[in-house]
Amino acid sequence: MPELGRAALVAALGLILYAAVVGSYAAWRGRRRLLDSATNALYAAFAAVGVASLVLLAALAGRDFSFDYVARSTSRELPLSYTLAAFWSGQEGSLLLWLLVLTGSASAAIALNRRLVREVLPWTVPIVAGVALFFAFLLVVIASPFATQPAPADGAGMTPSLQNPYMIMHPPMLYLGYVGLTIPFAFAMAALASRRVDERWIVVTRRWTLAAWTFLGVGILLGAKWAYEEVGWGGWYAWDPVENAALMPWLVATAFLHSVMVQEKKNMLRVWNVILVAGAFSLSLFGTFLTRSGVISSIHSFTQSSIGPFFLGFIAVVAAFAIALILSRLPLLRSPTRLESLVSREAAFLYNNLFLVALALTILWGVVYPLVSEAVRGVAVSVGAPYYDFFAVVFGLPLVLLMGIGPVVAWRRASLRSLASQLAWPAGVALVAGALLLLGGAGSSVAGLVGYTFAAFVLATIVLEFVRGTRARKSIGSGGWWQAFSGLVARNRRRYGGYIVHAAIVVLLIGAVGIGGFSTSREVRLAAGESVTVGDYRLTYAGSEERRGANAREVRAHLAVSRNGEPLGTMQAGKNSYFAEEQTSNEVGIRTDWLRGEDLFVIAKSFYPDGSVDLETIVNPLVNFIWLSGLIFVIGSAVTMWPDAREQRRLAARFAGEGAVARA
Amino acid sequence: MVALALGALLAVACVVFVARPLLRSGRADASAGLDGDEEGRLQLLEERDRALAALKELEFDHRTGKISDEDYRGLVGPLRRQAGEALRALEHEEEPQREREEIDASR
Repeated sequence: MPELGRAALVAALGLILYAAVVGSYAAWRGRRRLLDSATNALYAAFAAVGVASLVLLAALAGRDFSFDYVARSTSRELPLSYTLAAFWSGQEGSLLLWLLVLTGSASAAIALNRRLVREVLPWTVPIVAGVALFFAFLLVVIASPFATQPAPADGAGMTPSLQNPYMIMHPPMLYLGYVGLTIPFAFAMAALASRRVDERWIVVTRRWTLAAWTFLGVGILLGAKWAYEEVGWGGWYAWDPVENAALMPWLVATAFLHSVMVQEKKNMLRVWNVILVAGAFSLSLFGTFLTRSGVISSIHSFTQSSIGPFFLGFIAVVAAFAIALILSRLPLLRSPTRLESLVSREAAFLYNNLFLVALALTILWGVVYPLVSEAVRGVAVSVGAPYYDFFAVVFGLPLVLLMGIGPVVAWRRASLRSLASQLAWPAGVALVAGALLLLGGAGSSVAGLVGYTFAAFVLATIVLEFVRGTRARKSIGSGGWWQAFSGLVARNRRRYGGYIVHAAIVVLLIGAVGIGGFSTSREVRLAAGESVTVGDYRLTYAGSEERRGANAREVRAHLAVSRNGEPLGTMQAGKNSYFAEEQTSNEVGIRTDWLRGEDLFVIAKSFYPDGSVDLETIVNPLVNFIWLSGLIFVIGSAVTMWPDAREQRRLAARFAGEGAVARA
Repeated sequence: MVALALGALLAVACVVFVARPLLRSGRADASAGLDGDEEGRLQLLEERDRALAALKELEFDHRTGKISDEDYRGLVGPLRRQAGEALRALEHEEEPQREREEIDASR
């Protein structure tokens, strides 16, 4: 069926081209029927891309090696789950996923706000189509997943490091995030093109932006979990360019989610907000470019390809289009209100934005510098972790402090006296926590001690915010404590959902500081029966075994584990030698203590003919807080995104007769 | 052969779906858009909502102790004035519309 896949993609390209050209003309001349037709073309393009995706999935499931893509990405012995995940493990498949998610989410966003798009923001359709056109062009002309060949007996298999359960979910989550950022970009640019720079585009895209940001955040954490388990160096984030590629748009989108509240409350930062939306989208394109072009050397970059120049050209076009549009609409975007005080909630959001964007730009420079150096001087350089660690601390610690200070500062202006009284309790809790940690021996890492003290400060502020809010609601007669608490969250979902997300970031900080500042490790060569001690743990090597797995030969070292003399069972660590791929991977051993939140992490580096083994053993304290933070993050995001019937009614009344804005 | 037939079916379905709005009969093919009055009204509604939300937030911040009594007194006056102005402007904006409706009803 490759012909059907190719035909579906050609049809999608034609439909998207129609949506872009006819949609632009319709928006320019105000032709409603033509715009409806262009919108239908976008919906039909989604259906056509869906057909192409089904063809590829069927080819993967049937292991049809006459598809070049299937032969390059899978093998007969590859388990079915990874075989299906090969849809997005290679370049052509991942571009198809991009186009599928883009046309699908754009169709949904436009269908839900059809009247608004048709009557107020008609430029949304051609702008979305313009973005989709690029990906459809790549898929039809440059990187088709439907290229065929005489079917070989077996496929080349999948890169071993991709054969991990987290890798099944990580790329789609990232793509949902990257692609999701197209929606706020398209509506923002459409608002500028249509000269409708009021709140409507923000109201419509609020949940889309939050969803994209949540997917991106979850995708980053799933990638970290994959790296922790699969790459096998004992860490979770290595400032790899491809990891950074996802972090940068997430940071800029985080800045936007904060500054957009200032626009909603105070009608300020209107230029800044459209710049952030355009920046987040451009960085999401840049992230896809880094992952897919093969232009950088990264453990996460699996492709060497020719699409790099196309991507760079497209990013340049998007940036130029956004800058030109913003500049041409500057008079409309000027804010009628000014910052009243440097000690106010809006000022805190502004500081938060500056630190977030500065961090994103610093990371961008670290990613781009090696490319620039090689292009200009012909010298290959790499920017290492110390550079990123330094700026993460310089910009990250004030950001953490602002997470504690911002929520207790009032809008407009706050006196320093009332601010001090609000912060007295959290500061007291932080100081006590710091002192206790110092007494408990945490002074071995100054950065760790400072990080935990700041974490205590922010957590105390968050708890106090919930307590004070609940007490205030109870005082105005909201029934018992539980009713007051649930009413508080239900009436202010964005605020209290946001606090839960802040708590997630603090929990992440606790885990990151634990593994970064307090982990202990030992490297040793052991013969059968010998032991090694690391932290409170003692590991005794019982010997190794070789066995045949589904698609690899597996060798495992068996280790008996005890802590403070108490036996805890056994664990294994070893290597897999994949048959089809002819590659070897580390299969680390991880023993998690959920109560302590720590991991005992074992890497079997080398197996020797005499039966001995080189082991690296690491105790990672509190590392599981990092994964726990993902769960809290999702809960907080869900609370924030949960529809608020009261707000829906208010918006419906405001926009009555102007479309389905309230559905946003 | 099956692929060819399915491809043709997909193409025909897409063409029909895309052409459907163009085949509609009836009103002229022009975007209604919003006129200046509607835009102005919407701006006033935004201002009203913003002022009322700010007042609500101020009350809550005062109740939770984020704003001292002194700061509260300094902030509440201008915000109330702002909300009042937005409401009055809206009322003024809607007056002719109401009058038109009353005249229509009396006929």
